[in-house]
Amino acid sequence: MASLLGRFCRKLVVPGSAHGSRMISTTACDSEAVKSLNLYSAINQALHIALETDPRSYVFGEDVGFGGVFRCTTGLAERFGKNRVFNTPLCEQGIVGFGIGLAAMGNRAVVEIQFADYIYPAFDQIVNEAAKFRYRSGNQFNCGGLTIRAPYGAVGHGGHYHSQSPEAFFCHVPGIKVVIPRSPREAKGLLLSSIRDPNPVVFFEPKWLYRQAVEEVPEHDYMIPLSQAEVIREGNDITLVGWGAQLTVMEQACLDAEKVLDFIFQLKDNWFKVSNMGLELIMQEGISCELIDLKTLLPWDKETVEASVKKTGRLLISHEAPVTGGFGAEISATILERCFLKLEAPVSRVCGLDTPFPLVFEPFYMPTKNKASSSSSLSSPLKKKRHYLIMGLHVWCRYWMQSSPLLITSHSICFFR
Amino acid sequence: MAIWFSRSRNIVFSLRHNLNLSGILIKRDYSPRPAFTNSQLSSKSVCLDSFTSLRHESTAVEKQLDLVQQSDEEDPQELNFPGGKVGYTSEMKFIPESSSLRVPCYRVLDEDGRIISNSDYIPVSEKLAVRMYEHMATLQVMDHIFYEAQRQGRISFFITAVGEEAINIASAAALSPDDVVLPQYREPGVLLWRGFTLQEFANQCFGNKADRGKGRQMPVHYGSNRHNFFTVSSPIATQLPQAAGVGYSLKMEKKNACAVTFIGDGGTSEGDFHAGLNFAAVMEAPVVFICRNNGWAISTHISEQFRSDGIVVKGQAYGIRSIRVDGNDALAVYSAVRSAREMAVKEQRPVLIEAMTYRVGHHSTSDDSTKYRAADEIQYWKMSRNPVNRFRKWVEDNGWWSEEDESKIRSNARKQILQAIQAAEKWDKPPLTELFSDVYDVKPKNLEEQELGLKELVEKQPQDYPPGFQI
Repeated sequence: MASLLGRFCRKLVVPGSAHGSRMISTTACDSEAVKSLNLYSAINQALHIALETDPRSYVFGEDVGFGGVFRCTTGLAERFGKNRVFNTPLCEQGIVGFGIGLAAMGNRAVVEIQFADYIYPAFDQIVNEAAKFRYRSGNQFNCGGLTIRAPYGAVGHGGHYHSQSPEAFFCHVPGIKVVIPRSPREAKGLLLSSIRDPNPVVFFEPKWLYRQAVEEVPEHDYMIPLSQAEVIREGNDITLVGWGAQLTVMEQACLDAEKVLDFIFQLKDNWFKVSNMGLELIMQEGISCELIDLKTLLPWDKETVEASVKKTGRLLISHEAPVTGGFGAEISATILERCFLKLEAPVSRVCGLDTPFPLVFEPFYMPTKNKASSSSSLSSPLKKKRHYLIMGLHVWCRYWMQSSPLLITSHSICFFR
Repeated sequence: MAIWFSRSRNIVFSLRHNLNLSGILIKRDYSPRPAFTNSQLSSKSVCLDSFTSLRHESTAVEKQLDLVQQSDEEDPQELNFPGGKVGYTSEMKFIPESSSLRVPCYRVLDEDGRIISNSDYIPVSEKLAVRMYEHMATLQVMDHIFYEAQRQGRISFFITAVGEEAINIASAAALSPDDVVLPQYREPGVLLWRGFTLQEFANQCFGNKADRGKGRQMPVHYGSNRHNFFTVSSPIATQLPQAAGVGYSLKMEKKNACAVTFIGDGGTSEGDFHAGLNFAAVMEAPVVFICRNNGWAISTHISEQFRSDGIVVKGQAYGIRSIRVDGNDALAVYSAVRSAREMAVKEQRPVLIEAMTYRVGHHSTSDDSTKYRAADEIQYWKMSRNPVNRFRKWVEDNGWWSEEDESKIRSNARKQILQAIQAAEKWDKPPLTELFSDVYDVKPKNLEEQELGLKELVEKQPQDYPPGFQI
C-alpha cells in the first residue's frame, strides 16, 4: 500500500502543464531574473550574449541583417555592426565554407541556414571539411568555432521544403555535434553551449515552436551541457525518448496514458460499492511514463536512456523524420544491444512516414500523440494491467462481500510488476 | 555598389563595332606599350546613391586613365534599377559568347630565358633568384624520387607537380610568410619554400609517428600550421569559400596578410568556385585566387571543361580583378602574384590569377596519361616548354648559376630525399590511440568504448593486424 501510494503520488501532475514534473533542473535558481520568451526570442538573446562575450564572433546567413525570416537575429546588426552581423549571398555551400574559414582562424562563426531543407548544398562542406578539419590535420587546425543553425520540422503548412527533419544525415558524421532544443529555456542554454563548444555543431531549431512555445527564460548567460539527456518526466512503466517539438506531443501521450480508464469507471458503477479513496487509487493507476529529452543526438547520452529502459523495460522513440533510417533506429539498436534481457516488449518507433513531407496530408503523416498512445509499447502494458486489475478487483470484491473489508490492493494491483 | 567595366585593350577594337550597349564606356588605347597591372585596368564606375551598401569605406573610384569615347548610337539617358543606373539602348544586341581575341597572357621571359624588351616586372635579386631556382630544382628531384618510391611500392600514392614548378615556387616567393595558403593538392612547392623539410614530406607520405597529420590521410595531403599552410583535402575546390572566410578574418584583424588559394582548371567547374569568388568579392576579402590552368583534369581536357576563354574572364563576372599569366615563366608569376598580393592587402579585395601551364606528369600515380593524350604532346612540354630550364637559363645568363651548382643541388637534394625516405620508412606508425583522438577536441564516450574494444581485439589476435603500431 505504501509503495502504491508512493508511486502514485509521484505521478500527480497538473494536467496541461507544458513540461510535466521537472525532476532535474539545470537552469537558474529562483532569484535570477527571468522573462517570458518564445523560442525565437530566446535564440535571439543567446546570440546577443554570444556576440557580446566574444568580440571575435560573427553571425551571418541569408537575410540575417534585418532580423531574419524568423526574427532570430533581430537587433544584432544594429548593435554589433555590419562587420560582424551580415547578409550573405544566397549560397549555402558558400555560407558554410566561409564559416569554416573564419572558424579555422580562431573566430566563432554562427551561421544560419534559412531552412534545414536547404542545408544539402552545404553537406559537402559539413561532412568532408568541417567534420574532418581537426582530425585530418593531426589537430594542427580545427574549425570548432563553427555553429550552423537551421530551423527544422513541421510547421503545419510547410510541405516538402519547409518541414524537413534532416538530423539523421548528420548523426552519421563523426566529428560534428547535432543538438536540438525542445523549448525556449533549453534553446538559449544549448545554443550558447553549442557556440562555445570547441567542435563544429549543427543546431536544429524546431520552427513550430518559434512562436508557439513560451517559457520563463533566465536573462543571464547560462549554458546547458551537451551530450547529456534529461529525464523530464519520471515514470516506471515505459521510457519515451524524443527531441525538439516532438516532446510536447509525447508529453500529451504520456498524460493520456496516465489518465483514468473508461473501463474502470464502468466497473465502479456496476460492480460494487467501494470506498472512493480505494477506487480512486485503482482508477488513477494508468501507465507511468518516463520521458527523456535527448537534446544532443551526436554524440548521444546512451547511459541515461539505458538506465531508464533497464528500469522500465519498455522503449518508445518518436521523431518527425521518416522512420526508415531515422535516428530512432540508432537508439533502438543501441538499446537492444545493452538492455535486451530487460526489455519486456519490442522497441517502438512512432515516426513520420516514408514519404516526402506532404502538404494536405500532414495530419496523417505526423507522429501524433494518438499514434504514440496506440503503439504496441504503450498499449500492451495497458492491456496487461487491465487484465490484472480486473482480476484484482474481482478478488477484492468477493472478499468484501463475504467478510470484513480486507485491504488487498497492493497485493493484486502490484501483481503485474 | 560600384559597377566596374574593364576591357583589355586588345578587345576594344572589335568591341567598338560589335557592341553597342550604352552605358558601357569603352576605353580606347591602341598603344603598343605593355601596360603593368594597374594601368591595364581602366574603368569607370557608375556609382549610385541609395543602393550602395558598402559595409566598409567605399572602395575608391578608379580614375580613368585613358580617353573614354562613347559610340554615336548611345542614348545618354539612364534607367534606375536596383543595382544602379544603367543606360539603355533601343538596339537589340547580344554580348557575344566570346571576344574575337583571347585575353593575352602576361609574360616576362621568352622561351630562351631572356627578358622580353620593355617588360614590366618586379626585379628579382640574385639571392632571391638563386633561392627560387634551387627550390624549383629540389621540387623536381623530390617529385621524381617520391614517384619512383610509389612505383616501388614503398608509399601507396603520390601526386607530382612536374611542369608547374614555376607556379609553385615563384608564387610562394612572392608571398609573405603570414599569408595563409589554402592549397588544392599540386602545390607542395609552396610548402617547400616556406620551410617544410624533406623529412616532413616523407613522414607524411609514409604516415609514420612523426607525421604531423598523424597518419590519417593519403600521401601528399600535407598541412602545417607553423607554415600557414592549411591541410590538403581531396575534395576539389572546397578550399575556395574557406579562403574567403580566412581572408575576411585577416581583414577584421587588420593584418598585413591575405589568403592565397590554389585551384586547377577542372576545379573551376565546381560550385565552390562560384561560391568562393562571389563571397570574396561581396565581403571585400583580401584573397588571391590562383588557378593553375594546366590543360587537364585527370583525362578531361579543358575543351570539355568550359566554353569560356579560360578562367580569367570569369573574374569580371564576380567583380574581381583578374590577370592571365604565363605560368611557366617564373618571373611573370612572381610579379603577378606579388602585385596581386599587394592589391589584395592594400585595397582589401580579391584578385584572380590564371596561370597558364601544362601538366607534364600524370594526374597521380593512379593515372597513366598516355591513355588519353599523345606521348609527344607530353614530351614537347617537358623538353621545350620546361619552366625550370627556362628560369635556369635566365639565372645562368646573369652569371648567378653554374654547371657545378646544378649538379651540386641535384645530388644534394637526391641524397637528402633518399635519406629522408629511408628514415621515414623505418619509423613506427603512430600509436593506435591516434585513430580515436582529434575526432572531437575531447574523446566522447562512444569512442572510448570503441578504443577499448579494439585494443582487446588486437591483443587477442595480433596476427590479423599489421605490425608497427603501438597499442
